[in-house]
Amino acid sequence: MNPAPTPPTPGAALVLDRAAIERCLKRIAHEIIERNPDLTKVALIGIPSRGIEIAKRLAAYLAEFSGTQPFTGVVDVAMHRDDLHRHRLPPRVERTILPHELEDMTIVLTDDVLFSGRTCRAAMDSISSFGRPARIQYAVLVDRGHRELPIRADYVGKNLPTALGQRVHVRFETTDGVDDSVWMSQT
Amino acid sequence: MSAASPVQHQQAASNDATVWTHKDLVGLQDLTAAEITHVLDTAGAFKDVGTREIKKVPALRGQTMVNFFVEASTRTRVSFELAAHRLSADVINMTASNSSLTKGETLKDTAKNLEALHADIIVLRHSSAGAAQFLAERLDASVINAGDGAHEHPTQALLDTFTIREKLGRIAGIHVAIIGDILFSRVARSNIHALLKLGARVTLVGPSTLVPREFEQMGVKVTHDLDSVLPEADVVNLLRIQHERQRKEYFPSLGEYTALFGVTKQRAERLKPGALIMHPGPINRGVEIDSDLADSSRSVILDQVTNGLAVRMAVLYLCAGTNPKRG
Repeated sequence: MNPAPTPPTPGAALVLDRAAIERCLKRIAHEIIERNPDLTKVALIGIPSRGIEIAKRLAAYLAEFSGTQPFTGVVDVAMHRDDLHRHRLPPRVERTILPHELEDMTIVLTDDVLFSGRTCRAAMDSISSFGRPARIQYAVLVDRGHRELPIRADYVGKNLPTALGQRVHVRFETTDGVDDSVWMSQT
Repeated sequence: MSAASPVQHQQAASNDATVWTHKDLVGLQDLTAAEITHVLDTAGAFKDVGTREIKKVPALRGQTMVNFFVEASTRTRVSFELAAHRLSADVINMTASNSSLTKGETLKDTAKNLEALHADIIVLRHSSAGAAQFLAERLDASVINAGDGAHEHPTQALLDTFTIREKLGRIAGIHVAIIGDILFSRVARSNIHALLKLGARVTLVGPSTLVPREFEQMGVKVTHDLDSVLPEADVVNLLRIQHERQRKEYFPSLGEYTALFGVTKQRAERLKPGALIMHPGPINRGVEIDSDLADSSRSVILDQVTNGLAVRMAVLYLCAGTNPKRG
């Protein structure tokens, strides 16, 4: 067993460790296979930044479990948000990478934390400006509640009841340089 | 639409969270290499918007941009206007002749009036160096310099740099020759700042009256011999001879200029294979450049126009997205 990872802020509580995250994502991969018999028509599209890492990991598990390597891509949400004037600094814009033909594809959007639902709405708006996929599904590592829009995830790694003021931190070795972990802290 | 290739994500977003913190873009002299690179990266993402089925994103929905052109311009104004439309902003166009400047109102008062109308972004083209800085310091709105006198034209230099990076894959180590009327050129000044910061080598070429040695203090090479530069350049950026500002004392005639500094077909044979020919437009065919050459495969003049749109979308997005008054 690895030594306990360092919290992102003092006093943060560990919610998921490396092994738990792996179990969550493997289970989601199995659920995606169950709901989508033809994986050649599935594209995993990550929402920056850590959703991209989740898309890559799910793609690797799907390849391992089913033998089919699905398309993985990115959807930029920064230019589709409706709250630029609410930020102090402009959110980073990423290149969107989608399959050339969206018509008969199932898009699985992936993100680390589902909170208000506004990011997911922006991602769906962004995709619809490229074309009309057959369906869009939504996979998240953590659902922390407090939706502001009628949006729900199809695949959830962990349902985590939180207070509005609390924060959820997701860390991946590949994107953050620290051990894979999910944390919760007060404010 | 972007290429359908598997994700190869270069870097984590977490380490560059504070890479752009300016509400205005006045010039490139005061930007860091990282900030310039961030604009170019952002422009890369916005360039793809032009290839979508729906060529419009809601990033600046509800914001108002004023194109305030005290000095004449068509392509820069249209490029900013289309960039704003693609970002869903509302656009008002003002030129010197239809503004109250002709009735004696000062620049500051006109600008205060624009702000009273809740303009969020003011794009300013002005014949006086420092005009954009003047407004930026006094207004809460974002001020974008679209050319101030012979000082700077930052978005033109950003789109030139973007085009070089897109075509040659990098800026560092690239040798750029800027040819022509450097003395009067804000495009040259902004290009010199951007290119040197990003590690390129710059050589200025032109008659000694238009390319004085003083420019060497900026860290560039100055020469008056075009033929010796062409075989070594990766990019030649031809500046327009500005008839309207030119007076007799700078060079005797256009014919003589073309004989010494025009890029003709014969001269172009001295260029490296793969060297790019750039021009900010509008071209004087037969003066700075042979007509055929302007249409040849070396010429990236129309790519510059397309990239200008992407760069201006990025600049509008970044400046309008910086709200220093928010905590």
